[in-house]
Amino acid sequence: MEIESYNQLLKNYMEQGKEAMVDISGPEVVRVENLRVFYGDKIAIDAINISFKRNNITAIIGPSGCGKSTLLRSINRMNDLIPGAKVSGKVYFNGIDIYSRDVDPVYIRSRIGMVFQRPNPFPFSIFDNVAFGLRVNGFKLSKSELYEKVKDALVKAALWDEVKDRLDKHAYSLSGGQQQRLCIARALAVDPEVLLLDEPTVSLDPISTARIESLLRSIKDEYTIIIVTHNMLQAARVSDYTAVMMPDENMVGRIIEFGETRQIFTNPRDKRTEDYISGRIG
Amino acid sequence: MVTVTTNVERLKKSTDRRRYTDRTFYTVFLLSTLVSTAALIIIFATLSLESFEFFTHVSMAEFLTSTRWTVLFAEKHFGVLPLLNATILTSLIAIAVAAPLGVMIALLLSEYASVNIRSVIKPVVETLAGIPTVVYGYFALYFVTPNLLRPLWEGLQLHNALAVGLMIGVLIIPIVASISDDAMSAVPADLRLAAYAVGSRKSDVALRVVLPAALSGVSASIILAFARAMGETMIAAIAGGFRSILTFNIGESMETMTAYIAQVATGDAPHGTIEYQSLFAVGLFLLLITAALNYIGIKVVKRWAIKY
Repeated sequence: MEIESYNQLLKNYMEQGKEAMVDISGPEVVRVENLRVFYGDKIAIDAINISFKRNNITAIIGPSGCGKSTLLRSINRMNDLIPGAKVSGKVYFNGIDIYSRDVDPVYIRSRIGMVFQRPNPFPFSIFDNVAFGLRVNGFKLSKSELYEKVKDALVKAALWDEVKDRLDKHAYSLSGGQQQRLCIARALAVDPEVLLLDEPTVSLDPISTARIESLLRSIKDEYTIIIVTHNMLQAARVSDYTAVMMPDENMVGRIIEFGETRQIFTNPRDKRTEDYISGRIG
Repeated sequence: MVTVTTNVERLKKSTDRRRYTDRTFYTVFLLSTLVSTAALIIIFATLSLESFEFFTHVSMAEFLTSTRWTVLFAEKHFGVLPLLNATILTSLIAIAVAAPLGVMIALLLSEYASVNIRSVIKPVVETLAGIPTVVYGYFALYFVTPNLLRPLWEGLQLHNALAVGLMIGVLIIPIVASISDDAMSAVPADLRLAAYAVGSRKSDVALRVVLPAALSGVSASIILAFARAMGETMIAAIAGGFRSILTFNIGESMETMTAYIAQVATGDAPHGTIEYQSLFAVGLFLLLITAALNYIGIKVVKRWAIKY
């Protein structure tokens, strides 16, 4: 399918709702082929081949500095924003190479949302935080439609009950865990297909972490979720598939094993995976 | 076998020396601070004393409500409103120029410019504040008014508030641009990434995230620039003239508070006369207004300040 018509299709889809979406590529939403990312002259990750299935949660685990976040940022072209970052290889989103010259990275990012390590709400009200993406993407919504979309996103992010009476309050009045759920709501409000999470609970307490893990499980029927974590138990708890990354002797990050989460944790094929998940390395 | 011993004698000496050095520097720095503080107190005291003399002859009510300022004429009226009006009008024109331009320059510097372009633009903009204001003054009088404004506005007087306001505006652009740029550069990169991650374009990031997040600093820059505009003297004296008439026509000559002070101070008003004292009253009035503006500026920053 031509890229132009694909972008048109996605736009129609956003306007009409999910049913209008033609199933282009089967269960595989994102496929990465021979991906290599440079920062300046240094290769950060290399020979990455992996695919992510629709309505599943895939965890990417591995020790610090193995390139997990770099891989994640390659999937919605956030690497474009890092000076000196260069990408070779292919990343397909519904069969379209997102690094092709005709693809607009801004549009890709509205279809593949992202949540970061530290909660980073905007210094606005709770409502305006969630509505932000709808506004910048030029959705033509009435006041009540906007409110419904914001409410939907907050319900999905399991934050609605806590904030419904104070949507006009400043986002910084929320606790850290609430702020991170607000950031998830902000990402979900534009109704992306894929949600990328870069160690979303690393700065949160166990209770907040548990809330976010359970909300991720509750929304996976509607989204495709890719979560980077170096908490192996978290990967085991939330994900259907797990990719294990490890730096090689030149500190180039590679995927050493990918499979169903249960298999990775009970019967790893690679000796290094076994060492990593049993705490001998990492 | 190596034994490590501490030379107790030396330890004591070094401690003494450190204490001595610390105390010396503390004293030097404290004295420098005291000198500048003392300058402020002396200025304020002098203005207050002479103003007190002034107000024994002129009622506060006349000073604040009369619409005529004819201190240098035979029939004397002491209403400061014509001077205040001229000061506020020229400053408003200046802010109308400097606020939009300064904020746009700040957005360019903090969001769009590469490191190379930034290193060129920033010093160029800041040079605007370094040009002697007397140059702005005669530039306004001999170039801006005859060559730029008169072709568009026939009845424009040679001395007029518009040219003064425009030139002060150019002078204070760096204040707005520089403080706003600092405020915008202090907005965490996190927030920009968050905006990009929901499909923002660069303009969305600049206008919908960075500008609102830096609003307290931007507002402060505008208030401080306004205070600076009110205090500007040379441009007002040269290009605005010394016509102390209450008018709202910015095409006419009008005398600002600072221009009046310059006029009297460079003339020969003898010590102890009412003309001499009026200078201090106007000076004190101006000082109080600009101090209030600076205070408001600080309040604004504190009230809207965001802790990231």
